[in-house]
Amino acid sequence: MDWTLYIYKTIFLFIILLVTLLVAMYSTYGERKVAAFMQDRRGPNRAGPFGLLQPLADGVKMFMKEEIIPLSANRILFILGPSIAMTTALLTGVVIPWGGTLTIGGREFSMQIADLNIGILYVFAMVSIGVYGIMIGGWASNNKYALYGSIRAASQMISYELAMGLSIVALVITTGSLSLHEIVQQQHGMHWNIFYQPLGFLLFLTCAFAETNRAPFDLPECETELVGGYHTEYSSMKLGFYLFAEYINMFISSAVIATLYLGGYNMPFIHQLGLSPNAVTLLGTAFFFMKILFMIFLFMWIRWTLPRFRYDQLMNLGWKGLIPLAIFNILATGVFYYLNELF
Amino acid sequence: MQNLTNRSKVVSDKKMTFLEKIYLPAILRGMSITLSHFFRKKSTISYPEQTREFSKVYRGQHVLKRDELGRERCTACGLCAVACPAEAITMISAERKPGEEHLYREEKYAAVYEINMLRCIFCGDCEDACPKEAIFLTDRIVSSQYKRQPFVYGKDILVEPLDPEKRIDISARQTDAVRKFKENKKYAHNK
Repeated sequence: MDWTLYIYKTIFLFIILLVTLLVAMYSTYGERKVAAFMQDRRGPNRAGPFGLLQPLADGVKMFMKEEIIPLSANRILFILGPSIAMTTALLTGVVIPWGGTLTIGGREFSMQIADLNIGILYVFAMVSIGVYGIMIGGWASNNKYALYGSIRAASQMISYELAMGLSIVALVITTGSLSLHEIVQQQHGMHWNIFYQPLGFLLFLTCAFAETNRAPFDLPECETELVGGYHTEYSSMKLGFYLFAEYINMFISSAVIATLYLGGYNMPFIHQLGLSPNAVTLLGTAFFFMKILFMIFLFMWIRWTLPRFRYDQLMNLGWKGLIPLAIFNILATGVFYYLNELF
Repeated sequence: MQNLTNRSKVVSDKKMTFLEKIYLPAILRGMSITLSHFFRKKSTISYPEQTREFSKVYRGQHVLKRDELGRERCTACGLCAVACPAEAITMISAERKPGEEHLYREEKYAAVYEINMLRCIFCGDCEDACPKEAIFLTDRIVSSQYKRQPFVYGKDILVEPLDPEKRIDISARQTDAVRKFKENKKYAHNK
């Protein structure tokens, strides 16, 4: 048995968990700041310097609130809903390669918890299970608004997962691998997949917005029509879990986008700096996180720019816009590589 | 029909061009607008550290003035209470006793003088009505409270401090023009 590996993996798992929670926590703060700045306001600035303790204050507030489970609700499923949403949101981080390899005591450790050879499919599986959290929660509430919200969430997820999967197929054609580790390794230097698959990137990005229920695709939880959608009946930390899961999802999808299309932890010209391998790895990880943070900013930027889609527009865009485009993308990529091999 | 302004636009249902159909240019334009706002100067004033600059003749919390010797000017005549459209002012008068000449300027004074700040509409009619130049509105804000009772301001809050350094400056509201206007019997409210 290789105990050092187990210990390393356990510690690394905890670090990733903590970082995920921390980033998600400060995304709530970031979102409010970005929203405020884009509306010529200042945002939270009272709790601590620059309002940095605001997420803590919000967390305490969430825990202190009265917990209400409606009498007509199905108790077990009502509790299961947010648990699934939170768990699946956290599970996806396992396959993402957060960095290269670290050399500790003459041994090499990969900065990835599990290098599955079907990493992309694992991400898809987790995202698909995530929708159950919303569906179950909305159904168990026994409330028409919550049910509407979850129905919208389910149909939206199904429609956009198709286009997302199809846009990934084209990516798989170019990379020839389903392992996230290998996909990142192929994007060394500036060979980022976004330059080989610009249309695929755009499709994937749009679908990622829809999958994370972010504006302009936040129909399942729109306040004006559905009084909050699937979390209408939720209160206290169960509501907090739903909201928090959304931010974790945003972080993870940013990480997935950065991994698949923006070169992951690859940094151009990093090997010409003459640094030690460990420093290169850590610098790569820092660069990876900069990419992720930029993607999170993009998520927020779009949210505070675009108005929400109408339901039929959402379906039109998904089925008549994105899916044909994705299929065209697959065909074009396939033809290109076929001709490439012929000549 | 004649147009009221020259801003009206003719609406057309022409077919969208390809660039309009894919929305991306429009989305990018929208994003550039929000990003330009991101770096713009914020219009927020961080109250209470910063306060907006007030007009010199702002009508805020009242003050009951003292004269040069530190005696209360108010004689509890009740004209302010009569003039008050919101009926916010109440008072109880008392007679000055021998030995209190350094406290009250005239033989009668207000033992209790209360203004209900929830009723007050800060119109300044009390100031207009006052024949003794005793009550003035100042540029101070009436602060918020959790309950209703603290909003009834008594003499402890309204009368200005005895210390000459801490007197409330009302020179902006009590100009010569104002004084002349108040003394002019031609105007109805002075008859």
